[in-house]
Amino acid sequence: MPAVLAARADWAASAFPAGCELFEGVVQDLIDELGRLPGVGPKSAQRIAFHLISSEPADIKRLVDVLGKVTEGVRFCELCGNVSEQQQCRICRDTRRDGAMLCVVEEPKDVLAIERTREFKGRYHVLGGALDPLSGVGPDQLRMRELLARISSDEVTEVIIATDPNTEGEATATYLVRMLRDFPGLNVTRLASGLPMGGDLEFADELTLGRAFSGRRSL
Amino acid sequence: MAHLYRDTGVVLRVHKLGEADRIITLLTRKHGKLRAVAKGVRRTSSRFGARLEPFGHVDAQFYPGRTLDVITQVTTVDAFAVGIVSDYQRYTAASAISETADRLAAEEGEPALRLYLLVVGALRALADGQRDSSLVLDAFLLRAMAFAGWAPAVSECARCGLPGPHTAFSVQAGGLVCARCRPAGAVNPAPDVIGLLVALLHGDWDTAGATAQGTRRDASGLVAAHLQWHLERQLRSLPLVERRVWQGTLGTEAASEAASGG
Repeated sequence: MPAVLAARADWAASAFPAGCELFEGVVQDLIDELGRLPGVGPKSAQRIAFHLISSEPADIKRLVDVLGKVTEGVRFCELCGNVSEQQQCRICRDTRRDGAMLCVVEEPKDVLAIERTREFKGRYHVLGGALDPLSGVGPDQLRMRELLARISSDEVTEVIIATDPNTEGEATATYLVRMLRDFPGLNVTRLASGLPMGGDLEFADELTLGRAFSGRRSL
Repeated sequence: MAHLYRDTGVVLRVHKLGEADRIITLLTRKHGKLRAVAKGVRRTSSRFGARLEPFGHVDAQFYPGRTLDVITQVTTVDAFAVGIVSDYQRYTAASAISETADRLAAEEGEPALRLYLLVVGALRALADGQRDSSLVLDAFLLRAMAFAGWAPAVSECARCGLPGPHTAFSVQAGGLVCARCRPAGAVNPAPDVIGLLVALLHGDWDTAGATAQGTRRDASGLVAAHLQWHLERQLRSLPLVERRVWQGTLGTEAASEAASGG
């Protein structure tokens, strides 16, 4: 973009406060669309919009291409429900993974969090959320049936329940334990819960400290 | 400096806000329903995030904000969530209790002491696990409706006030109706069902606990229909409430759960 236009864009961004729909057509549309993203308020949306307007066309094209690919190319793995570009995700395709261990998580981003630890070499199952009756989410809205089918057919010997350690996640874990305990030879475990690394004992809340006590281990 | 204030309350529900914050809806003792922001509680390093989970009974300090107040300190009064989430049936019942309380306390900041005490009592009963969670839920719903002014008429006719006993129940009329007032669509529940409704409304747990499973199921249906008629909107959690055969106290529910789980 020529310097004159960029300067004009900067001026426009500063001249009109957020919330004022003074921009015409496509600029206002861009601000509105950006404002619908999570964590982006009207002011941030305006700033991003004017940053894009003043960016090089090649940068914009790259962004547009990626967005296009996201709508067309990304789907969910038919086995585990993780985001994938093919029918099966990278982890489910990997033959070096231990098929006997299955880690059940709520969201695809939880897979990433566990992968970062480099501790777990098994496979995953993404439920797509947690049981939350207040939001109308029951067992039928989650990928519970697919989980049962996987456990019945695959050679799974251990299911690790790694739902969030909050009320909804704990209730989901309770439900899963109840659902899975009749499978012969299946070991169902839950992620340990307790004190975070780098914290002080005196500041721990009683629930976390209580769970740390009940889950203590011999050394 | 703005005036800090303190109150005890039950966490009815939580919403995510921004990166790591939450909006907490509480039903408090002195200030009725409150919506307040708890900053940074979704981070694992949060010092009070665990206390502000749904069904928690807490003592909190608030700092008045521009739109929503901010929660600055929290201590736990009762950790009901621990007992509730250990059983899925209790969890669904507690969710329905929270949603009903949220709906009935329509006005924020309006004291609703009776409703608050009812919610605390119901959640305590659920967390204890000594009573059928389905009965606890129905007792709560009936009494909460009584608090809102919609108690179903269970002894006299809902329309003309003729003393009972009557046999027909009409949701639209607001409870039992006499033969003369009976509108189209009224149902004829078994006498035991009416007896259970009366027992639940008055807290007669001996009578309620002695009822058969079918009676409880029919009573639950009437209570749910009555509630949703008056709320004029479907409760999201009510269809998801698990109503299974209850087999006794903590730890012995295994058999029934296994039978109906999945």
